[in-house]
Amino acid sequence: MTIAIGTELPELTIEATPTFVISTALATRDFQDVHHDRDAAVSRGSKDIFVNILTDTGLVQRFVTDWAGPEALVRSIRIRLGVPCYAYDVLTFTGHVTAVDGDDAEIAVTAKGSLGDHVTGTVRVTLPGAGS
Amino acid sequence: MIDVEEAARRIAAKGESRPRLARDPVNQAMVNNWVEALGDANPVYTDPEFAASSVHGGLVAPPAMAQVWSMNGLHGQRAADDPLGAMMSILDEAGYTSVVATNSEQTYHRYLRPGEHVSSSIRLEDVTGPKRTALGEGWFVTTRTTWRVGDEVVAEMVFRVLKFSPAARRETVPDAGAVLRPVISRDTEFFWEGTRKGELRIQRWGDVLRHPPGPLPPDGDLTAEPDYVVAEGTGAVYSYLVHHHPQVPGKKLPFVVALVELAEGVRVLGELVDTDPEDVHIGLPVEVTFLRVDDELTLPAWKVRA
Repeated sequence: MTIAIGTELPELTIEATPTFVISTALATRDFQDVHHDRDAAVSRGSKDIFVNILTDTGLVQRFVTDWAGPEALVRSIRIRLGVPCYAYDVLTFTGHVTAVDGDDAEIAVTAKGSLGDHVTGTVRVTLPGAGS
Repeated sequence: MIDVEEAARRIAAKGESRPRLARDPVNQAMVNNWVEALGDANPVYTDPEFAASSVHGGLVAPPAMAQVWSMNGLHGQRAADDPLGAMMSILDEAGYTSVVATNSEQTYHRYLRPGEHVSSSIRLEDVTGPKRTALGEGWFVTTRTTWRVGDEVVAEMVFRVLKFSPAARRETVPDAGAVLRPVISRDTEFFWEGTRKGELRIQRWGDVLRHPPGPLPPDGDLTAEPDYVVAEGTGAVYSYLVHHHPQVPGKKLPFVVALVELAEGVRVLGELVDTDPEDVHIGLPVEVTFLRVDDELTLPAWKVRA
């Protein structure tokens, strides 16, 4: 594939149903109660259970490789955590290429929910053959 | 008094925690659970044939699972020499009891394959503070986790949390001792004496009313002496504001402050009590009420006229 600075990635939307929040928390082996027990989450001052950080990193990776393809090598995922993503919210991932150097590219990613920016970050990938 | 910076230096000086072996080697079952939950359809993680012909030459684990392998699990506990745990305890003791993660920066040196067994160790990189943040005063604590297979570093993570004291967000309970007290002077003494007796007194110079009371009549006549009238205590909201922030000692937020034009023609400020801010509007008929703080001080305030 050919890529250039400014190339937009196709949007990804994730419906953060309670099932999604819980199954991803457990699949990432994160057993903190705020990710699976609404009563516990509310008693700790949250509105509901919410998506955990390991899942955020995983979703950012998926968003980029869904576009870049299975041959893309993910080198780093740097995320800044914003507002929580509570159960029943919908996350929309958007991103664009910010730097290209040979086969290497850098992509800026934002995941927005109803409360605002949930995650903003940068992913570095190597796309074999992209630079040739 | 706990010296946070000194404690941070002591913990950082210990360097990396002892490598802790993950519960399980990298394995297909956990990868399958992960890609299923996250909806990741990349075949290099699950399709042996596709993976064999890919750049990887075989199945690999999603790089973003690096941290998953070393999670402590349902009944897991931090290692005794985990510097993040140690730093959290110090900050808990220092009164910074709440925590929120702010940054996660993972670097993958290579993809992991099923069967590889990673270990993780953590070092304390930086403690910065105290900083004022929207959540309260706190310290940014940065750690670096290194994952290894044998001696080979395969992935790293810089992780930052804000450990903060949520004190500023606590609701202030009404407390008479915390009320902001007015300065009472010779010129205003009669007014506060009035409020103590349930009278709203307005300064009068001849036939001119003046509020707030001052030392001179509006015409500047130095020989004039004032007296006062007791207002009827009814009027209408001339202007108002709803105070949301910052906290005011002795007040529950939000509250309404109204400038009320009295029947006598002068305007007097006071809190408009027992009213939903949504229901306040200019022209709203109000009457005076008196809020006794203590023997010395009674504040005039407004309530909606029935």
